[in-house]
Amino acid sequence: MSDTTPTSAAASQGPLPEPTVLARTLRVLSGNRTGVIGFVLVALIIGAAVLAPWIAPYDPTAIMVGPRMAPPSAEHWLGTDNIGRDIFSRVIAGGRIAMLVAMASLASALSVGLALGLIAGLGPRWLDNVLLLLFDALRSFPVIVFGLAVVTIIGPSLFTVVLVVAITSVPIYARIVRTQTMALKNAEFILAERAMGVGMPRLLAIHVLPNVLGPLLILASMDVPLVIATEAGLSFLGMGVRPPTPSWGVILNDGYNFIRNSPWPVIGGSIPIILVTLGFTFMGEALRDIFDPKLRKAR
Amino acid sequence: MLFYTAQRLVLSVVIVMVAVSILKLMLHVVPGDPAVLVLGPRATPELIERTREAMGLDRPLLMQLVTFFGNILRGDLGQDVFTGRAVSRIVFEQLPYTLILIAVAIMWSAVLGIVLGAYSALRRNTWFDTLSGVVSVGTISIPAFVMALYSVLIFAVWLRWLPAIGAGEGFLDSITHLILPAFAIGVSWVGYVARMVRASMLEIMGQPHVRMARAFGLPERRITQSHILKIAVLPAVTLIGTGVAHLFSAAVFVEVIFARPGIGALIVQAVNERNYPIVLGAVLVTTGIIVLATLISDLVIALLDPRQREEL
Repeated sequence: MSDTTPTSAAASQGPLPEPTVLARTLRVLSGNRTGVIGFVLVALIIGAAVLAPWIAPYDPTAIMVGPRMAPPSAEHWLGTDNIGRDIFSRVIAGGRIAMLVAMASLASALSVGLALGLIAGLGPRWLDNVLLLLFDALRSFPVIVFGLAVVTIIGPSLFTVVLVVAITSVPIYARIVRTQTMALKNAEFILAERAMGVGMPRLLAIHVLPNVLGPLLILASMDVPLVIATEAGLSFLGMGVRPPTPSWGVILNDGYNFIRNSPWPVIGGSIPIILVTLGFTFMGEALRDIFDPKLRKAR
Repeated sequence: MLFYTAQRLVLSVVIVMVAVSILKLMLHVVPGDPAVLVLGPRATPELIERTREAMGLDRPLLMQLVTFFGNILRGDLGQDVFTGRAVSRIVFEQLPYTLILIAVAIMWSAVLGIVLGAYSALRRNTWFDTLSGVVSVGTISIPAFVMALYSVLIFAVWLRWLPAIGAGEGFLDSITHLILPAFAIGVSWVGYVARMVRASMLEIMGQPHVRMARAFGLPERRITQSHILKIAVLPAVTLIGTGVAHLFSAAVFVEVIFARPGIGALIVQAVNERNYPIVLGAVLVTTGIIVLATLISDLVIALLDPRQREEL
């Protein structure tokens, strides 16, 4: 009840100013515990990835820095693996690879998806149909199976992982951009702009892009766990990042090979994957509430 | 309805054809001789020559594609590079293992997910609802291959309750060997389905037809069963239909981790040997199944949902 008075007072002086993004963020987060957890987790993960060389207590690839397959101790927080490497250092270093893959692949998928989606939405009908068919075909591949096919041709590497994730994510983004563009194409304010003789570049940059970008970024944030699981999965199979480089998938693979001797590599390698998934999912949901309340589903 | 089915069927076939063309053309986009790419660095010159001929590389690209599709129609997916066996036979030998695994995984998780989701929606904001929400988010956050590793660790290494290697022999043995893999693949689907069913139940519970049924004095049980739940499971059907692709991805890991035979294990082995014909054949068959599953789930929805049926 107490907050009705200032509102009505403000209303009498004219329309309320649009709340700033920061204000909206704080308001949504104050009533949303999982959102706060999400932002904190993501900040921790990105921070650890950026500061990895300073945080990791040992060289992640140095062997025999401790006993082999030791359980966690004060010197080795997550224990050591089968050749005596410090698992905690490897997990921290692996976060760098994961974040690198996520950023590179999502950035390229977003830009290509944006371009193709705009072309499909604004271009001629036949081009739209051709692109839709291509998107549907690409989406019918299971990501990992498609990734394995690509690995057979160009060999396993960090680049292969980025390429696979980018190609399989493009259709999803492009489809969203296409739908949004088509809806906007016939919106009255766009028609009005065109009647006033506004050119296509300006129309795209000022009116279409901002309307399309919001949902796209929210979706991308929720896709980060999927990307990271794909990277870890391919690396686990030995088809992604190659062994001496510490990736979460490589750590898990080492752990799997010695699972009957020590559980710690599996536990250490899986914790960050689970935390990343929780963090980015919660953050994505909170972002959706902040930027696009319309997208929110019934709770 | 018939027209709709035919239309969708044609579209599905075209999609599979485009998908396979992409895989086939990928060989030609990458710099280098496709025959060498297929065979890997260790191939002998005569083997390369033979493959080049078998692949028809001397003919125009379009002709190669036409021949390729012609062969597929006749059930010929090419030959294994090393043994010369028909790829179709190798793939269909392994396929049943994967299909059974996926079917069992999706069945137990869908049933449990629907029950959990429906119950949470009916008991909204109780401790049960909160608990099932937390469990759902928790299970969704764990990728299938991590789940598989933990299943091995907990049930096979620590507790020694269940076997974790191979597919087993004989009926009972096969079933005990199926439990852990099907568990690992299905767990996150319990969460997905439960959340989906809960959300759509809550939406439908507020709709006029439910209020009307209640006004008619229908027993609450009947309203829930035939007026709410029947429509509320539809989004879950779509979710599962489009999720078959993810199930196949998960099956790759699970088959490798549990050393089970299956199409995923076959692909991984073929990639290690750089046996592209097998990879291509296996991907073609899985893609076909995935497109078919999406088609079936759409048709099932059209059949089950009177509102959609009307529009067709």
